This record gives sequence, C-alpha cells and structure tokens, in this order.
Amino acid sequence: MEVLYGLFDTLLLTARDVIPIAAILFGFQLGVLKRPIANWHKVVLGFFYVIVGLTLFLVGLDLALFPIGESMAEQLTSVEFIHPNLGPDEAIIWQDYLWVYIFAAAIGFSTTIAEPSLIAVAIKANEVSAGAISVQGLRISVAIGVSFGIALGCFRIVVGDPIQYYIMAGYIIVVVQTFYAPKMIVPLAYDSGGVTTSTVTVPLVAALGLGLATNVEGRNPLIDGFGLIAFASLFPMISVMGYAQIVDALNKRRALKEQNNIS
Amino acid sequence: MPAIFKLLQSLLSSFKDLIPIILVVSFFEIFILQQAPADLASIMIGLVFIVFGLTFFVFGLEMGLFPIGESLAQALAHKGSVFWLVLFSFSLGFGTTLAEPALTAVANEAAQVAADAGAIKPDEASMNSYAMGLRFTVAIAVGLAILLGVVRILKGWPIHYLIIGGYIIVMVLTTFAPDSIIGIAYDSGGVTTSTITVPLVTALGVGLASVIKGRNPMLDGFGLIAFASLTPMIFVLIYGMVVF
Repeated sequence: MEVLYGLFDTLLLTARDVIPIAAILFGFQLGVLKRPIANWHKVVLGFFYVIVGLTLFLVGLDLALFPIGESMAEQLTSVEFIHPNLGPDEAIIWQDYLWVYIFAAAIGFSTTIAEPSLIAVAIKANEVSAGAISVQGLRISVAIGVSFGIALGCFRIVVGDPIQYYIMAGYIIVVVQTFYAPKMIVPLAYDSGGVTTSTVTVPLVAALGLGLATNVEGRNPLIDGFGLIAFASLFPMISVMGYAQIVDALNKRRALKEQNNIS
Repeated sequence: MPAIFKLLQSLLSSFKDLIPIILVVSFFEIFILQQAPADLASIMIGLVFIVFGLTFFVFGLEMGLFPIGESLAQALAHKGSVFWLVLFSFSLGFGTTLAEPALTAVANEAAQVAADAGAIKPDEASMNSYAMGLRFTVAIAVGLAILLGVVRILKGWPIHYLIIGGYIIVMVLTTFAPDSIIGIAYDSGGVTTSTITVPLVTALGVGLASVIKGRNPMLDGFGLIAFASLTPMIFVLIYGMVVF
C-alpha cells in the first residue's frame, strides 16, 4: 500500500516537472510554428512513457538504492569504522580512509553506468557519428572519469585543501587536451561533464560528502560537504578526450603498420 | 510476439546496466561492513522498478522527446526567424531549470550556509528569499547558456574558445568570491542539467546543426550542455559576491 502511495506521489511530482517543458514545446509548435505535430499520438505516448519510466525509476531508487547507499556512506566514514581503537594521542591520517576512496570510486563508476541522461546522450552521439563512437565506449569512459573525480574529491575533503586549486588544475588539463584531442570529440567531451550528474549520482554522492565532512575533524559539513559534484563533472571531460586520443593513436599506428606491410 | 521479445530484450539490457551497482553494494556489505542489508524484500521490489523504469524511459525518449526536440529545432531553423529560435532556447533553459528538484534542494542548503555564516538573517523569510534568488539566478544562467549555445551553432563559432574563456572568468571570480559560496557555485553547474532537459537540449543542438548548411552535427550539435554547466558557476559566484 505504501509503495502504491509512493508511486502515485512520485508520478505527480514527475508530471509537474515535465509539464513546463511540454508547455514550452507544444506552445512553440502550435503558437509560433502554427502547424500540427507529426505523429502527435506517438509523441504524446512517448512523453507518457518517459513520465512513467522516470517515476518507476525514482521510486525504485528510493526503495533499493538510496537508503542502503546512504547508510553505507555513513558507516564507512564513521570514526568507529575508520579507526576502531584510536588511542588518545593518535590522529587519523588520510591513508586510513582507503576504503572510503575505493567505495567512492566504485559507486561513482556504477551509478554513472545506470544514469539515464548519459544513456540518452550516448545514443545520440552514436547515431550522429554513424557508429564511430560506441554507446558503451562513451559510457565507460565517462564512468571512469566520474569514479576518479569522486575519489579525488573525497581525498580533498579528508585533507581539507581548498577546492579551487584542484578545479583549476583540472581546467588546465582540459584546456591542454583540447588542443591535442581529435576535433570531433571536443564538444561531446565538454557535454559529458554536465550529463553525468543527475538522478542517480547526485543524492548518493551528496550523502558521501556530507558523511565525510561530518566525521572528519575540523570540516564544516555545510561548506566542505559541497564540491563533489564539481569533481564528478570535471573529470569525465578529461577521460572522454583521453579515450578519443587513445583510439586515435591506435588507429594511426595500425594504419602505419599496414602501409609498411604493403611497401 | 516480436513486440514481447523486444520488450524482454530491452528489460535485459536495462538490468545489465544495474549489475555494477549490485556488485559494488554487495561487495561492501558482505566483505567490508560484514552485515546483511536491512530490508531485502523492498530492495528486490525496488530493483524491478528501476529496470522497468529505465526501459520505459529509453522507449519514450526515442518515441517522444527526441523526435519533437529535433523537429521543432528544424522547423524553427527553416522558419528563418532568429528571434523565435533565441526565445525558444532561452525559455527552454529557464523553464526546465526553475522546475529542477535537485536545484531546489541545493538552493535550500545554500541558504542554510549563508545564514550560518551570518550573511543573511537566520529566519525563514530571508532564507527563503535567498534560496529563491539563487534559483532564479541559476535558471537565468542556464537560459542564457542555451541561448549562447544556439547562437554559437548558428554562427559556427568553435566551442573551445568560449569554454576556455568561461573557465578564466570562473577562476578570476573565485579569487574575489566569499569562501563559503565557492563549493556551492562549483556544484551548481552539475546539478542543473536534469534527466529530461539533457535529451531535449541534445536533440535541439543536433537538430539545428543538421539543417543549417555548413554545420557538422558532431562538431556543432553538441556543446549546449557544456554551456549550461558553466554559466551557473559564474552567476552563482557573482550572486555570492553581491549578497554577502
């Protein structure tokens, strides 16, 4: 019964989020372009599927993933887990948080693979590039970037460095890579930064950041708890460009080899 | 019959997307924390919901959101009116962001930070108005971002100069902005782009780039999301400087 109630509640909320978007779309279609929508019943059915799909997805997350993920983040960052028999004049050092970094990386990777908006962009990119960019290849390289980013972000919370130095260093890498990466990948790589962090990743990562900032001495959860999402949106740009650079280099090498064989 | 087969196939592929999460959670529960998860039954029900939800979402995407996003972009481009195209992109960015639940959550937390730091009065009314101001700031930022991205596609400007310019602005503003707003500002870039906005905006960009002569959908069609995650940082940093 409670599940049904939750479903209905979420359905209403999702519909409320979709309605302004639908209003803008249909308003422009009918009011400005003044022409009927082609296959309008198919489009409306598609919208309906999107709302139903998102609703099921969100309720499922609430039932299966969020409670367990949040409690794990809390347990893994607690002092009892990090250092069960801490002496009075011993201090926790950043190496003690090894499992936190591993958990951060693993959860970052796996939630990114399940992120619906990334699936959407990967499908489009595959279509537009006529198959040159594979759906799985893009998703996995974005996931690697997110996992590295969140682990590094956790490390930053533990040691307490100012966030801007890390982000600045990341930007410099992005800028340098931009000039060496294959041109075709650059806009897509920039996009993959923002795409990664939506429905699945944000709540879990927020719980992890909050847990860490609450338990590490000298951190203010309200200030240091933020910033993980920024890391998660920065590193996919680097990993996607890196992926394209590696593929490009391999192709060039193969082409060179073939040329040598012929001559 | 083929329809059912197709449905089963997409359910299976949605399930495959979840395997990494299941593996990670079980590994940490069994080996590291050494405990059984609390409510196994509701976790199972939840997983089934997630699998069906992902499947429906992808179905609906290709039936509804992608086609209408693209056909609108193409129709607006054919109409040849830059004014309507620009207005459409701004309202799409502004409208979807203002309704974004993740942004509402972040804005409320940010109001708490500001109240704790003593920048605003710690009462309900001033915190609400601070959070509301922040949401409008981000929504305007995203609206302008989509607008700028669309103008870029029309003009064929290369994307990296604009993005690098944006980074430089972010860095310069960071040195002047109060410390407590920096983390929130950096995060606000990532949270603004929701699950419904991303497919639509992608379809808009690709649709535009494929009808305008001389534009390449791969080179010019992508990049709208990148702007939408960059401008909120700039606007929130400025908001922080003005309000604090």
